[in-house]
Amino acid sequence: MPKEHANWSPYDNNGGTCVAIAGADYCVIAADTRLSTGYSILTREYSKICKLADKSFMASSGFQADVKALQKVLSSRHLIYQHQHNKQMSCPAMAQLLSNTLYYKRFFPYYAFNVLGGLDSEGKGCVFTYDAVGSYERVGYSAQGSGATLITPFLDNQLKSPSPLLLPAKDAVTPLSEAEAIDLVKTCFSSATERDIYTGDSVEIIILNAKGVRHESEPLRKD
Amino acid sequence: MFRNQYDTDVTTWSPAGRLFQVEYAMEAVKQGSAAIGLRSKTHVVLACVNKSNSELSSHQKKIFKVDDHIGVAIAGLTADGRVLSRYMRSECINYGYTYESPLPVGRLVVQLADKAQVCTQRSWKRPYGVGLLVAGLDESGAHLYYNCPSGNYFEYQAFAIGSRSQAAKTYLERKFEKFTESSRDDLIKDALFAIRETLQGEKLTSSVCTVAVVGVGEAFSILDQATVQGLINEFEVSGEEGGAAAAVAGGGGGAAEEGGAAVEQEAAPMDI
Repeated sequence: MPKEHANWSPYDNNGGTCVAIAGADYCVIAADTRLSTGYSILTREYSKICKLADKSFMASSGFQADVKALQKVLSSRHLIYQHQHNKQMSCPAMAQLLSNTLYYKRFFPYYAFNVLGGLDSEGKGCVFTYDAVGSYERVGYSAQGSGATLITPFLDNQLKSPSPLLLPAKDAVTPLSEAEAIDLVKTCFSSATERDIYTGDSVEIIILNAKGVRHESEPLRKD
Repeated sequence: MFRNQYDTDVTTWSPAGRLFQVEYAMEAVKQGSAAIGLRSKTHVVLACVNKSNSELSSHQKKIFKVDDHIGVAIAGLTADGRVLSRYMRSECINYGYTYESPLPVGRLVVQLADKAQVCTQRSWKRPYGVGLLVAGLDESGAHLYYNCPSGNYFEYQAFAIGSRSQAAKTYLERKFEKFTESSRDDLIKDALFAIRETLQGEKLTSSVCTVAVVGVGEAFSILDQATVQGLINEFEVSGEEGGAAAAVAGGGGGAAEEGGAAVEQEAAPMDI
């Protein structure tokens, strides 16, 4: 007897693309602001980026209800950490927490494709990239979401991030200036917007460095 | 207080209708070092005396941040206080997670009181030996509550607990009417004066006291030592007495007996 398939799914894909690039003393985290379902747009002004700690920002694409739930869990866990340790969580610590939180739901996953960006305890930029069940790696740059397949090869070409298979192991940080990195991110999004129907409307960019946090926004094609 | 045959169990009533174990728990609060709280319409200030056992050890932590809008000062068994603070923090985080808004102070205080009451009605438990001054801000304004080991709680304009707190209470009773309209800085100054009363002549410096503030637009925070010392220096230089310390010295001697006098009263202290 052929198996019957469910006519209801607990998941939906709200589309969108997220990118993060780590620099020597800065980090750029960006995501488009389009929220969609199927072939429809739900809103053009939705933020996929969440501040988890002073030096940790998470951008997530996928099922935004799961993303919102994940953000809430991590924010609450961060509050507990602050009460117990009297300080903010470092980005690598938050990275491990995110991984553990995702794996906790290994058998009913958060449909969230995350990129965590921030500054490590030495002030260097760090980017961590995840799959839906918590497998993660520190990298120099990453893209997730519907436009990731269009952006990643372009970033590989521009940033030549050392492959983890290359020996001797190199620092996971790209030799780009902050302004160049922001420009690169804008280029990524305008290109992805051309061919990915789920990416567009505008891109929200967060720049983290020793001086603090900055926001930038660029309009994208709305079709 | 005298030892008698009805004080072994918290679940044993005395013929006079008292639970001695609960009253003994309240004695523990009176033995702890002083903590005071006062509020205006927009701010609440907590201050406490922080004396370490020896010069080699660190100070006991007596003021805890519970959430951005709530803080607590404790007197008595500080370990019990730490555990209750952890409970309060957990409740605030869970409420914030569910309702995306800050837990109203009155709700938290009731939950705390109910938790304390449980320990007065289980033979395998003992009452918490700590008094808590809960300071917080919510939609209905600024609040200061006192939670007893008995499970009772009251709201106050200003209050003091712990050893030699009567001296502070006397000062606060004289000044409390003007607190509602006080500015943040005046409120902190009054808190420091009240603390000074409990020190009974000893020099007030920022190394023996801790001050914390919460207010409209100001998250709960503990003031750092340098700021507190600066404020102390300001009023010591200007020679402000905070309203005739001499008058208090006379009243303070008589009030020292209030701990022993409670036994002779008809009503149990926790009913007041």
